[in-house]
Amino acid sequence: MPVNPDLVGRAFAPTAPYLVGREKVREFARAVFATDPQHTDPAAARALGYADVVAPPTFAMVIQDLTLQQLLAEPDAGIALERTIHAEQRFRYTRPIVAGDELVAQLSITGVRAVGAGAMVTSEAEITDAAGAHVVTATSILLIGGDE
Amino acid sequence: MTGLSVGDVVAERTVHLDRESLVRYAGASGDFNPIHYRDDVAARVGLPGVLAHGMLTMGLASSVVVAWLGDAGRILEYGVRFTRPVLVDAETGADVTVVAKVGVLDDETARIDLTVTHADTTVLGKAQVRVRLH
Repeated sequence: MPVNPDLVGRAFAPTAPYLVGREKVREFARAVFATDPQHTDPAAARALGYADVVAPPTFAMVIQDLTLQQLLAEPDAGIALERTIHAEQRFRYTRPIVAGDELVAQLSITGVRAVGAGAMVTSEAEITDAAGAHVVTATSILLIGGDE
Repeated sequence: MTGLSVGDVVAERTVHLDRESLVRYAGASGDFNPIHYRDDVAARVGLPGVLAHGMLTMGLASSVVVAWLGDAGRILEYGVRFTRPVLVDAETGADVTVVAKVGVLDDETARIDLTVTHADTTVLGKAQVRVRLH
């Protein structure tokens, strides 16, 4: 099944709220070799004006991933994980994610372009906090191979 | 953050990845695609070996920039293309080198261009971080 071009403009439900935990931020920071104390020490984060430890910039992918799961679960999407290559990734920040944030992501598909037997899909997740304020927009470009 | 010029190298770091690093990233991120820790699965799908997650490479590269900036909140935008895989050998692992250089500069912001290499090959394309200087 080829990638469905009607995914562009389709309305998706917002993801369930994700509560960012301090230990999760520390765990992620260690995994991406982020040694700056703002990621692990609440006092260092407070000195910079944040309420709690600051997540590394690519932590937003953990939240965006919830939207990519929604996309893969669409029965008519024509997107299978084993034929998917992550080609590009981009984040546009209003502010960093910090421990204590309760984040919701809103998925939208902004482009489906045929490439050979497959397609290039642009998947965007707008991530907002409990007050509804913008935190970060995460954009993935996925290359979906054709299924012969 | 003053006295910067286009072309300045502002940060540089080499990170050694081993299989433990990949399993650690899988757990922290929730990306348990087995091509990042199982040789048999990597071979079955035609890969030359177990690969680092692209998002691990992207993440460790931004860690180098945050350490220089001192505040992750100064990062306005960060984007990369995943152009080449980082093969992580079970015995010897893999070294990934990040060089961060000032690409474009104005009064308020800078574009930091990242050169990320493994085994003398560039693995990320157009890896750019737009940062607030003040």
